[in-house]
Amino acid sequence: MELAPSPSSSSAAPPSAPGAPAPKRRAYGDWLYALALVTGACFAFLRYGQAMDGYDAAILVLHVPILAALGRAWRPFRPFLAIVAVLALAGIWLYQGDPARAEQTFFLKYLISSQAAIAWMSALFFIATGAYWLGMAARSDFAERTGSALTWAASVMGATGLFVRWYESYLLGPDIGHIPISNLYEVFVLFSLITALLYLFYEGRYGTRKLGAFVLLTVSIAVAFLLWYAFTREAYQIQPLVPALQSYWMKVHVPANFVGYGGFALAAMAGAAHLLVSRGILAGRLPAPKVLEDVMYKAIAIGFAFFTIATILGALWAAEAWGSYWSWDPKETWALIVWLNYAIWLHMRLTRGLRGAMLAWWALGGLLVTTFAFLGVNMFLSGLHSYGSL
Amino acid sequence: MMGDGESVPFLLSLFLSGLVPDGFLPQRPRMQQGASARVSAIQALIELLSSMRFAISLLTVLAIASIIGTVVQQNEPANAYLNQFGQFWEPVFARMGLYSVYGAGWFLAILAFLVLSTMLCIIRQATPMLREMRGFHEHAREVSLRLFAHHASLVPTLPPQARRGAVTDYLAGEGFRFRIDEREDGALVAARQGGAGRIGYFLAHTAIVLICAGGLLDGDLPLALQMYLGDKAPTSGNRPVADIPASARLGPDNWSYRGNVYIPEGGSADFAVLNAGDGILLQSLPFRVALQRFRIDYYASGMPRRYASDLVITDNDSGERFERTLEVNKPFTYRGVTLFQSGFDDGGSRLRFTVRDLAPGAHPPYPFAGEVGARIPLETLGYGYTLEITGFRPINVENMAATAPGGGFESFFGGGANAQSGKKPRNLGPSYTFKLRDAAGQAREFSNYMLPVEIDGRWYLYSGMRASQMEPFSYLRIPLDGDAGVDAWFAIRHIFFDPARLDALAARFAARNLDGDDSTLRERLKEAAGHTLALFADGGFAAISEFIEKSIPEAERERSGAAFLQIIQGLTWDAWMIAREEAGQAALEPGEAHAPFVRDALIALADSSRYGAPFYLQLNAYEQRQATVLQATRSPGKALVYSGALLLALGVFGMLYIRERRLFVLLKNDETLLAMSSNRKTIDLDETFARHRDALAAALGATAPQN
Ligand code: HEM
Repeated sequence: MELAPSPSSSSAAPPSAPGAPAPKRRAYGDWLYALALVTGACFAFLRYGQAMDGYDAAILVLHVPILAALGRAWRPFRPFLAIVAVLALAGIWLYQGDPARAEQTFFLKYLISSQAAIAWMSALFFIATGAYWLGMAARSDFAERTGSALTWAASVMGATGLFVRWYESYLLGPDIGHIPISNLYEVFVLFSLITALLYLFYEGRYGTRKLGAFVLLTVSIAVAFLLWYAFTREAYQIQPLVPALQSYWMKVHVPANFVGYGGFALAAMAGAAHLLVSRGILAGRLPAPKVLEDVMYKAIAIGFAFFTIATILGALWAAEAWGSYWSWDPKETWALIVWLNYAIWLHMRLTRGLRGAMLAWWALGGLLVTTFAFLGVNMFLSGLHSYGSL
Repeated sequence: MMGDGESVPFLLSLFLSGLVPDGFLPQRPRMQQGASARVSAIQALIELLSSMRFAISLLTVLAIASIIGTVVQQNEPANAYLNQFGQFWEPVFARMGLYSVYGAGWFLAILAFLVLSTMLCIIRQATPMLREMRGFHEHAREVSLRLFAHHASLVPTLPPQARRGAVTDYLAGEGFRFRIDEREDGALVAARQGGAGRIGYFLAHTAIVLICAGGLLDGDLPLALQMYLGDKAPTSGNRPVADIPASARLGPDNWSYRGNVYIPEGGSADFAVLNAGDGILLQSLPFRVALQRFRIDYYASGMPRRYASDLVITDNDSGERFERTLEVNKPFTYRGVTLFQSGFDDGGSRLRFTVRDLAPGAHPPYPFAGEVGARIPLETLGYGYTLEITGFRPINVENMAATAPGGGFESFFGGGANAQSGKKPRNLGPSYTFKLRDAAGQAREFSNYMLPVEIDGRWYLYSGMRASQMEPFSYLRIPLDGDAGVDAWFAIRHIFFDPARLDALAARFAARNLDGDDSTLRERLKEAAGHTLALFADGGFAAISEFIEKSIPEAERERSGAAFLQIIQGLTWDAWMIAREEAGQAALEPGEAHAPFVRDALIALADSSRYGAPFYLQLNAYEQRQATVLQATRSPGKALVYSGALLLALGVFGMLYIRERRLFVLLKNDETLLAMSSNRKTIDLDETFARHRDALAAALGATAPQN
């Protein structure tokens, strides 16, 4: 039955719970992983420490417990992290401080220079989508497994691309270097990556791959936009940061936002599936309504929680950059609207008579609101946030 | 589950539903009794306001209201709205407060309702929730336990006493707190976990109240109140500070404001300017800020990297004095006032010009000086204009696209770092803008570059002109002559458009082209040249083509057009040669080498007749003086809002991620009954229940559980 937790999902319960079957090697695994993280952090510090200031060091240290917790709650995240780390470091090593090598070195040019990696990510996401749809159409478990394998691969390439791009930005000049989440192109990569990872998490959590076709569809649409945007605007060029963006807040504000967007996108797809299934369409081929409702709630919960954080961080940042924590700038206002929309959703869920199809519709509509807040505002409304302008 | 047949009418009923008091939460039967018993009207009203449905409607209304303010541009000048909405609607929308929605009464009313509703909701929830948090429901009856969605009955092998120990050990190990209720037929172990989630509810919802309250303190309301209650009234901005009446000045004791401080380099200010409606108010600061220097650092690409103001701050009371550098993203607070780097401007740069009169035979170029911001009447110089120097920029970086954007697949590959090839940043040097306002008050705006610009191998001096702000600048491109710079073109122009010299010029042209002894033919050519020159002088090319249209038969036009062009170009050449002789420069050999200059010169001559200024204002030297624009704020609500934000974050995570679980174990002689409940219905509950059931079954040595 679908509800039965899959092997990986039982690991989602904290090992501290004696109730959960926690074999010895499991605990060893945790320790090894934690050790690897610590060594990684130490290596990073020894290698790049002289270039870090207090914040950087603090953030580096913070990563250890956070990634440890993540890897504990979600075991497949560990190999993912390991592979990304290896590839990213390989990329950095291959560059040897010379941007021109992106053209000369085979592995950089065609595999792990930021652009190549992101191109791979895009291709893999497209194929993964195809695989999931095939799996749904042909009820083929193999196709679905392939789908999630490809999604993992795509995520690896996407993450690698971002990390290498981060390094590349410093090759342009120490004063230019910055985290690659500062323009629309970069955040679209981030969005695809986070949405895919969130999906993969729930895929393991619920032990069903049947939602992949829908979620990967949105990811593919995002990627399609990404490529269009890249080719028509040469958006993939790394641009220096305008003074207003030179802030530590950006490093947390933007990613938190995109966990939000990712969660909402996921919830919308669960909603869409729910609406179909509750009409008996694709009934056997999609997860059961009960599971879909749960996915919707979980996705919106995590999205809402992170979006709350993101909005708060945004306010703190605005207070520094613009002299007021809230200026009703269109982007801010639409963030509020998105936030309210999901607050409404959460309350509806607690109110009799407003559950079921209503919630599904609302989650689906929520994606429109979110998309407008994410893209529409930059396209149609002018304001202080005109950085990622189209 | 509800089919969406119901869901569509629901959308409508959502808003109405807010008006119907109803059961509170499905999970709380207790409340429904409270709701259904309508003690009094007030009671009913409170029920309504604190009801979840009302909250939902309220949040929906708030969301929709917020949209309006993003669709209608906020706080624009009145006439902008007039253009946008027209005579009829502009005032209507103004009454509705659509131009500053977020300060409008009705919007604040919505927020007030949100606060009220949330507060009532908290109050009403307080007692039951605290009871829930503390209570164990240890008196739950067996029948009701059997009705739980999650229950199972185990048939244990252990004796009752041993069982109790096993159960309590297990529960303790699982982090449950529990209470035991002895009964004649056994004992009920009532256990609870994750009650803290309820605290989350209080934190998050109190946060809403705090944030709204804090926001109110920092919003426009305090100022509005001062203007409404106090004797304060805004005045028009364009007048010297000294003339601003006391009624428009706010003392340093004012506790909530946001204003701009404009300081030119070398100058200082101890007040901020607050915009109120169309007018302004002066907010005096408890200290004086002096600007030593304003600095802009650039990236290699010419993009600005850093804005910084070197300030000297002097306390008005203590006289304490210290230096401080302010940057974007690095604000600074002193005596409760926070200063931000919010912008910059020209602080009155001194510019030295050469005035090149365009009228033939007028005075030769002469020097002239002024500073940005100055309005200089030019009567004394014999021009019926006022010169308004409006701006100066020392650096103008343009991205000259080397390859058209859309580098395609190849340039997409490789690192983002070296995909830079596309654009070539190029500094065009200083530029300056000014207006010439005639007696009638009509102004033309000019935008000139100090240095010549190279366009495929040839150099030009650019001057943009436009008759109104709406239009883009149209540029006059003055070509440079290799050894005579811009002088050549101005000299050519003087000769070309001087009626007194028309005859001589035409004669020279004719002589050069027909040096045979056929004087009559030469005379005719001279006439033709003179005629062409006259036409061109009063109408440029347009006049010539017009003449052709009128006086030359269809068939001939092509040819004569070419002829006219040859003549006018020839005349340009001759004017150039005359100019060079007069400037004591060697004459040139006619030939292709000089054709481009002649062509450019001619085009510039044609355009210059539409230039609309009696002279060309050429910049020779400048002393830049910048000004910084700071924002000075005092936001008493900040503390409230920030603490609210913290509570909100904690509360939301608490509510969403601390799961309340209740596990009941009824120990009877022949049976052990398990039942489990939670305040949130999620699939985890199924899993967790199954886990506890199996673990307990094992602990009790029970046979396989049966429901
Ligand atoms: C911007 C305003 C609000 C926000 C952001 C907000 C947020 C939340 C969140 C995140 C939850 C948890 C939902 C869940 O666990 O699934 C919640 C629950 C709840 N909210 Fe709100 N809320 C707001 C306004 C209100 C108002 C105005 C009311 C009452 C009139 C209200 C009443 C409740 C109640 C009763 C619960 C259930 C608490 C529980 O069962 O533990 N909320 N709210």
